[in-house]
Amino acid sequence: METTGTTFDKVKKIIVDQLGVDEAEVTPEASITDDLGADSLDQVELVMAFETEFNIDIPDEEAETIKTVGDAVKKIDETAPKA
Amino acid sequence: MSNADLERIFDTSDEWIVTRTGMRERRYAAPGEASSDLSTEAARHALDRAGLRPEDIDCYVVATVTPDFQFPATACIVASNLGAVGKAAFDIEIACSGFIYGLPMAASFVRAGVFRRVMIIGVETLSRITNMEDRGTCILFGDGAGATIVERTQAERDSFLSCELGADGRVPELLYVHAGGSRNPMTQELLDQKKDKVEMSGREIYKYAVNKMVGTSKNVLAAAGYTAADVDWIIPHQANLRIIEAAAKRLEVPREKIVVNIERYGNTSSATIPIALSETIERGDLHDGDLIVFTGFGGGLSWGSIAWKWIG
Repeated sequence: METTGTTFDKVKKIIVDQLGVDEAEVTPEASITDDLGADSLDQVELVMAFETEFNIDIPDEEAETIKTVGDAVKKIDETAPKA
Repeated sequence: MSNADLERIFDTSDEWIVTRTGMRERRYAAPGEASSDLSTEAARHALDRAGLRPEDIDCYVVATVTPDFQFPATACIVASNLGAVGKAAFDIEIACSGFIYGLPMAASFVRAGVFRRVMIIGVETLSRITNMEDRGTCILFGDGAGATIVERTQAERDSFLSCELGADGRVPELLYVHAGGSRNPMTQELLDQKKDKVEMSGREIYKYAVNKMVGTSKNVLAAAGYTAADVDWIIPHQANLRIIEAAAKRLEVPREKIVVNIERYGNTSSATIPIALSETIERGDLHDGDLIVFTGFGGGLSWGSIAWKWIG
């Protein structure tokens, strides 16, 4: 089981790589669209990157509830890895 | 139709379109020009290049979602335009996967000895079914045609190595035209609501597209005894540059091996792959023995990949 700390660090790294933002901007409260500037396709790409990194499936309807970096970390921690 | 032309019609910007799609221009058929007209042009071009006459082709297949008429098949009109009256001709409709389904079918006809030569044409006049008031979709689509001839050769020089095709029709509304078929026959009300035009949920399709293109590409290569490192060219369906780049990254194929012309044509559905193939030949980039992967996806949803050895 991942601890929240390491999940956050991995999520942060993915967001920095994908969106080209500064590490300091990626806080748990940061809005992925408003603060970090992701467009609708960036959001899908981020979810796909999370799925690969954590070996999980995040269905579209659940992905839509991810608004902030903290939401993403929470969703990843709640989702059981694929068998 | 450039991005600047679209800026004059509704609120959008060149930068917005390029960032999200990679498209700069798309081409629209002239008023009065139908899919059979574009197809006839592309077919003549392919026949010239192959040094063949229209009657040398035993079967004409047209892949399209924008036929001249609901029926008869556009292929019948194309064959007759070319002067090949009497040759077999029919259409297939599997949206943007038209060429991906059509090429293995043509190759299988030839292998089975049903026909000696089959022409497969991908053609669309999507401008006729594009809602110019929906800026989310109308920026994407263009018109075009591409034609390919498949002919019998010796078995040890077979081009068609493997393919994987699939479909999932649980949610056809992800990419469709609502009205005009037997489910929702056309009414004035539906016409007023522009239900005769393409509707798409791009975000939902994106993930599906990338995963299917990557998965089936890997599978067809493995089935043919190759890996992504052996590939000379990937010729993907041109729906969105970001889909192509996301797939290429996951396949670990260098960007210069991916054929992309989306900036000039937009998404021409079943025509994208034969147009891209034709341009690759014209550039002199295809060599005898090159390993090509054709990969695509589209409405249905539908998808597939083909591993193909170029003989030329």
